[in-house]
Amino acid sequence: MDVKALIVEKVKEKFGSSLEEVSDFRDDLCLTIKRDQIVPLGNFLKNDPDLQFSMCKDVTAIDWATRKNRFTVVYHIHSFKLNFTLRIKANITDESNSIESVTSLWKSADWYERETYDMYGIKFVNHPDLRRMYMPEGFEHYPLRKDFPLLGIPGSLPFPKKAE
Amino acid sequence: MGLEAILQKDGYVTTTIDAIVSWARKSSVWPMPMGISCCAIEMISAADPKYDIARFGSEVMRFTPRQCDLMIVAGTVTYKMAQVVRRIYDQMPEPKWVIAMGACTSSGGMYRSYSVVQGIDQFLPVDVYTAGCPPRPENLLNALMTLQEKIGKTKARDFQNRPLVDLELAQN
Amino acid sequence: MDRISQIYNDEKLLKRLHDDPGLTIEDALENEMVINMGPQHPATHGVLRLVLRLDGETVMGIVPELGYLHRGYEKMAENMSYIEFIPHTDRLDYLATMCNNVAYVLAVEKLAGIEAPKRAQYIRMIVSELSRIASHLVAIGTFAMDVGAVTMVMWTFREREKIQNIFDRLAGARFTTSYTRIGGVAADMDDEAIAMARKFLEEIEPAMVEMDKLMLGNRIFIDRLEGIGILSKEDAIDLGITGPNLRSSGVEYDVRRAKPYLFYNEVDFNIPVYTEGDCLARYHQRGDELRESAKILKQLLDKIPNGEVMANDPKKVLPHKTEIYSKMEELIHDFMIINFGINPPVGDTYFSVENPKGELGFYFVSNGTGNPWKLKIHSPSFCNLQAIPKLCKGAMVSDVVAIIGSLDPVMGEADK
Repeated sequence: MDVKALIVEKVKEKFGSSLEEVSDFRDDLCLTIKRDQIVPLGNFLKNDPDLQFSMCKDVTAIDWATRKNRFTVVYHIHSFKLNFTLRIKANITDESNSIESVTSLWKSADWYERETYDMYGIKFVNHPDLRRMYMPEGFEHYPLRKDFPLLGIPGSLPFPKKAE
Repeated sequence: MGLEAILQKDGYVTTTIDAIVSWARKSSVWPMPMGISCCAIEMISAADPKYDIARFGSEVMRFTPRQCDLMIVAGTVTYKMAQVVRRIYDQMPEPKWVIAMGACTSSGGMYRSYSVVQGIDQFLPVDVYTAGCPPRPENLLNALMTLQEKIGKTKARDFQNRPLVDLELAQN
Repeated sequence: MDRISQIYNDEKLLKRLHDDPGLTIEDALENEMVINMGPQHPATHGVLRLVLRLDGETVMGIVPELGYLHRGYEKMAENMSYIEFIPHTDRLDYLATMCNNVAYVLAVEKLAGIEAPKRAQYIRMIVSELSRIASHLVAIGTFAMDVGAVTMVMWTFREREKIQNIFDRLAGARFTTSYTRIGGVAADMDDEAIAMARKFLEEIEPAMVEMDKLMLGNRIFIDRLEGIGILSKEDAIDLGITGPNLRSSGVEYDVRRAKPYLFYNEVDFNIPVYTEGDCLARYHQRGDELRESAKILKQLLDKIPNGEVMANDPKKVLPHKTEIYSKMEELIHDFMIINFGINPPVGDTYFSVENPKGELGFYFVSNGTGNPWKLKIHSPSFCNLQAIPKLCKGAMVSDVVAIIGSLDPVMGEADK
């Protein structure tokens, strides 16, 4: 049986109503799920004996800037059993900019989620250590948001004292 | 068969203290390799058997600022790193020099972005700028020779009445 | 003071301490000590900063801090066209520049639906494998330097210089090459470059034997690495470790074999796997992979086909310079591609390749314009660094240095 068909069928069976969209562009399978179902879905994909998505490769977000639901969180998870990388998307539908953390399922998501928080300001609920990853503590902006200028905001990052 | 073999009798040389001190100083510049990114690899290449920075008396790379008199800033300096670079510079003993290696350190280079300092001369006094991204090892050696020339011209009075560098950062 | 002399006079305790290095003295100086390592430290491979909590010399906890080389790549990518970003990929993992070039253009080609000619694909494979050898040489050399063998770094850099010369011949730059283009490579590989590569392959084998003799015959080196920083298979998968570090923990996963890209399905090579998962296994892993790369290179140099090195797709692939200067249409195409970009279809793709450090992935979101709407770089060094708190807990301070060296992170890539 085709791997993609297997995954879609299994997920549809379990999460039929929460599955918003299934897309397949350039041979990349992508499932869009309701935001509150991300941890149950991850749990199912990881622990199902036929799927075993045991590694989380990446967590990031997309800022759509002009859309009403501005942020989409994107996960890439990998199964060594199926030799397949699956993409999951979850749209953030309200102003809280928050989503449940998946660190309880995959430890590697820890830093990816911190990075996403640093760059987009998306809060991951139940994350053990949600700090900034790259930018210094005390920096107030979120650089990868579309409303942040490429050259930064003057004065937001201090210089060391100038030499004599 | 050294210099002594040529001399028939006890020889002597007349020179100024300044000249002999700056000659000694320029021939053994000890670099502090502030390797931050890509340029650091070319800096190591300059020390490898092919380019051999030891020919210019600078093979003694010390990773502690207390034993160095030249800081080679090799790589992109971000605002977060700038605090560290400045702090290490403040810990180096006088007299000290700085080589800005590569386009990133000299001017920000190809990184016109929110986190990169557009030229380290905004917070450090730079003596020699080196072009290239990254500069070839030859270019770094050229920068070192230029700096040696500059050191060779220094006089003792250059260091007198010099304002003390602000040590606030070094102390906190 | 009394307490310390008491400890040192207690022979039973001293013997226990001697037999079990993992044992901690209870309240050695009454307090645990917090020390800072980096970002300017010779053993942290760039600008990694570690904050360690120590009890005596045993690491109780360790927190890596990144971001000292955060250059805002992903933001810059959103503000430039697909072609403009190629030179920036050099500076990601700056020890394996060619691999990054190849990975990036393959990702863009997947998004835009372009296919490069066969000769170009072969040249890409050759340069990636050369780059892999160069990167592993630096990894081995700096790793040995970290644990005290300074000679190694001189020897490996001597060998690496030869690869730099080949790149100099190919791309005109020895280090930051920017050699690949969307739909092909910038310049053809001439016979002299091929001869240089062959000569290098002849010389690397005896050199590797020499290096192994130096390192593996050295008891200090073995003692410092064996059984240090053990990463189990389950932990490696859970922490998202990729590349040689994953394989040295017993997971046989190599993107070149799992999802063959370019023509890796046409060459014969093995995937070395170690099951120990300690620092010594990671050292052996890199040496073995280096030899496998040399084996692949030999086959490639024999099999390289003749033909074009740029695809014929005027709307998406840059024309050759001689044609731009002599033909009107080519000039217009060049102008349009440079100024407005290649306009791939709306959609998002993820593409990953096997880099010397691990799996490098590019996730593009395209909205149909010349600039990517979003580019996410999945960098292997970033994931590999996540293992540090796990590996270093309970180790000694000197082991921390060996562990970082064995993971072989490159901060340019980890911080992006």
